Amino acid sequence: MLKALLKAESLIALGLMGLSVYFMWHAIERPIGWDGARGPGGGAFPFWLSLIMLGASTAILIRAVRTELRVPDLKPFFEPGMIGPVAAVTLALTITIALMSWLGTYVAIPLFMLWYLRVFGRNSWKVTIPLVLGTPVVLFFFFEVALLILLPKGITEPLFFPLYAMFF
Amino acid sequence: MEVLSLLAQGFGTSLLPLNIGIVIVGVTLGLFIGAMPGLGSVNGVAIVLPLTFIVPPASAIIFLAALYYGAMYGGAVSSILLGIPGSSTAVATTFDGRPMAQQGKAGLALIAAAVASFIGGTISVILFTAFAVPLAELALRFGPAENFALVLLAFTTFVGLGGDDAMKTIAMICLGLVLSTVGLDMISGQPRLIFFDMPGFFAGISFLVLAIGVYGIGEVLWTLEKSRVAPTVTPARVTWSEMRAGFAAAGRTWKTMGTGSVMGFFVGMLPAAGATPASLMAYGIAKSTSRQPETFGKGNVEGVVAPETANNAASTGSLLPMLSLGIPGSPTTALLLGGMVMWGLTPGPMLFIEQADFVWGLISSLYTANLAAVLINLALIPVFVWALRMPFSVLCTLVLVLCIVGGFAPDQRMHDVWLILVFGVVGYILRKADYPLAPLVLALVLGPVMERSFRQALIAAQGDPTTFVTRPLSATFIALAVLFFLLPVFMKLWQRRKGSHPA
Amino acid sequence: MPSRFTRRAALGVAAAAALSTALPAPALADWQPSRPVEMVIMAGQGGGADRLARLFQSIIQQEGLSRLPFMPVNKGGGSGAEALRYLKDNEGNPHIIMATLNSFFTTPLQTDLGVDIEEFTPLARMAVDTFALWVHVDSGIETLEDYIAAVNAAEGSWRMGGTGSGQEDSLVTALLEAEFGITHTYVPMGGGGDVATALVGGHIDSTVNNPSEAMSFWQAGRVRPIAVFTDERIEAMADIPTFAELGHPIEYYMQRSFVAPGGLTEEQQSYYIELLRALNETEAWQNYAREQALFTDFLYGDDLMAYFIEQRELHAQILASMDDPS
Repeated sequence: MLKALLKAESLIALGLMGLSVYFMWHAIERPIGWDGARGPGGGAFPFWLSLIMLGASTAILIRAVRTELRVPDLKPFFEPGMIGPVAAVTLALTITIALMSWLGTYVAIPLFMLWYLRVFGRNSWKVTIPLVLGTPVVLFFFFEVALLILLPKGITEPLFFPLYAMFF
Repeated sequence: MEVLSLLAQGFGTSLLPLNIGIVIVGVTLGLFIGAMPGLGSVNGVAIVLPLTFIVPPASAIIFLAALYYGAMYGGAVSSILLGIPGSSTAVATTFDGRPMAQQGKAGLALIAAAVASFIGGTISVILFTAFAVPLAELALRFGPAENFALVLLAFTTFVGLGGDDAMKTIAMICLGLVLSTVGLDMISGQPRLIFFDMPGFFAGISFLVLAIGVYGIGEVLWTLEKSRVAPTVTPARVTWSEMRAGFAAAGRTWKTMGTGSVMGFFVGMLPAAGATPASLMAYGIAKSTSRQPETFGKGNVEGVVAPETANNAASTGSLLPMLSLGIPGSPTTALLLGGMVMWGLTPGPMLFIEQADFVWGLISSLYTANLAAVLINLALIPVFVWALRMPFSVLCTLVLVLCIVGGFAPDQRMHDVWLILVFGVVGYILRKADYPLAPLVLALVLGPVMERSFRQALIAAQGDPTTFVTRPLSATFIALAVLFFLLPVFMKLWQRRKGSHPA
Repeated sequence: MPSRFTRRAALGVAAAAALSTALPAPALADWQPSRPVEMVIMAGQGGGADRLARLFQSIIQQEGLSRLPFMPVNKGGGSGAEALRYLKDNEGNPHIIMATLNSFFTTPLQTDLGVDIEEFTPLARMAVDTFALWVHVDSGIETLEDYIAAVNAAEGSWRMGGTGSGQEDSLVTALLEAEFGITHTYVPMGGGGDVATALVGGHIDSTVNNPSEAMSFWQAGRVRPIAVFTDERIEAMADIPTFAELGHPIEYYMQRSFVAPGGLTEEQQSYYIELLRALNETEAWQNYAREQALFTDFLYGDDLMAYFIEQRELHAQILASMDDPS
């Protein structure tokens, strides 16, 4: 029984159930009932929909446990040996996004590309270097100069003052 | 015909060398903005609007119209090549466009999309030319009850019973609808579902954030895990024969194109609806009227053609209430409207009388912009397809960078970038467990209009829920919605009966 | 500090004396932005506030009032709650200014944001938008008496359209109800344009739209203004009486001002004030304001802050008199 609950299908259903309860807990901050002359209150939509979601995910959980007890699924959820790369990319993205606010886009993005292309993707330097150096230039001209969208610079902002003066 | 002579005069304006140049620049810029995941026509128009004050109003609106068209074409590019819908109007294009690209038919899909967009744009401009003023009156009859019924219909034409695991579909629809309620409740003016008290949630969760997360980051993670098993992207090349095959394939779908164009135009015209429901409904109709509905979602070219004709037709349709009534049907047309006001033009019923030159100049420029858009798009297809031939790790890097920067750009919030990462990882896991993601994304797109119009209709009717079935238009749409929802069930029953009585 | 202040003042006088509008005065200020300025808009793309902010941006660019561009950024979430928090979190950042509307007062009063608008740096008030009471021409209502009678006859089911509970038009509706002892069913429709459209389509019975939102429908003979909520008649609609003339002195305005985050130096503040003053004097802006029935009383600095505090007081009173909006 416990083993059946620990399978991916059951764990995801449990996660969704938890999420619905969390949503419902938030939704009850607003009225969830039907006010005669004005229809449903502000919390009604999220509350009742979360309740349906809770019902659906409970049904998925029950079904998963029953199937598992009858015919245990031996296939692993993740492809063997591939969970490492997926986790590595996720971690790299997390670090990159964190660095964007602190050291700025133009430091974070090249670092990410350097890691992905050279270390993770094992591309040659001939492919890596032009991409790592070229992408920030393209980003700057497309977003900042052409579209007037400033990307986050963090503490590297002062370095861009001369560029602003030149291109705006 | 008075209309024709007015239109001829209009071409006199739109075919000036300055204006032709403007159309080309506008379309090209629009194409790239639209092809960028995260940016769509609304960003393009917002960004360029202030720059248009240096040219005469007629040229300015032509530039914006060209940009608008270009962006609508461009949306299909990112949907097909990257599987990331660049805007909500291009969601339906990913359903079959992405599988086609994975089968090495990216060129074919892009050509079909371009041709479909052109046909949709052209048919709707003709409808526009002929019926602009009387049709605008029809749009006015759509109140909250009708809007609710229409959105419901759009939803059910796509998500019927059957197909995927029903429980998982229901869970995903509910999740999407609940996420769509995050932020300010417009009816009561109170904030709700502000998770962890983070101010970023006050603005709600944008569709783009979920789409970029799920289809961008989630997709890369998915391919990464599978890539040692089998590469998902088959390199495509564009040859003349493939070009011809693309046109031929598009030509065979003329029925779908016709339905998509006319429906797109009418739905696009309605202020609260617009291009997104139009493209979904076109997809749903194409699928349910097809002889092989099971091939949809697996790379059927009709699944690209239907939403692309409809969303381009709808983008023309939404100009109609803006010009003839001064009612913007979408954020983009609202900005165009703002531009016109700044140029000293007052959109509304008087515009066609007082500013006939301007109006017909604009309408004729829609013809030229559409033509320019299809030609420029076709010319660039080899470039787009070439991008797919990059080594897999290079493509992944660029997609991830585009996801991060493109997710930041529309509202310039780091909060959104973090959400994209969360949705990417969650979407990846859900996808592995066979949860359908399209209903989740659609629910987030349609949820806000659905809830708002439902509650508005009830308030206006003093809380009486029969308002939805006593108003003729709304009742019709609701009946159709129920029919579409149950259609797969009927089909199964019918097939079973047919199976038991072999002919 | 005093010496620097004098030098700036002297420069200002010299500039004013020596130059006409040809050269923008801010070019001589002590402080200049070193990066493009973010113009935060307290509303989403396409709304009235957004259109106005983008108009300002384009005039600034066209007239060369600033060397570096102003970049509009929409932070409309939570009726401006998001924008207010953003400004608060960027205290002391001189490269952000915010285009405000009345949610600048009402949002902090209704939601606990930890934001005190007195901490922001007041720049300048560019315009004051006006409100009028509108009905559909088919309703046959021509005077205020007709209107009151019709609302009373509907026994509470009269549908007044607005943008959302707690928004400006719901406050105007509350003022109307308090003055005449009537009740409406307030239907939130979203944006000002949606409200005007719903009235033309007959999905609601009346609105308190800004004149700019309903003007074209009036000219086309679809809707009719009954009275305006101003102290004197509006130039663009001179035949329409004010409520005060009809014996019911109800007034309400929508202010359109610029503020900056708190903690700016005096040089930084005065740079923006001078820039906005130059903007206010452009012909493009004055023409636009006249056509759209906006009043353009330029108010800046401390006077503006005094106005903000007074307005906040007023809004607190109106909100307190309203029923709980949820």
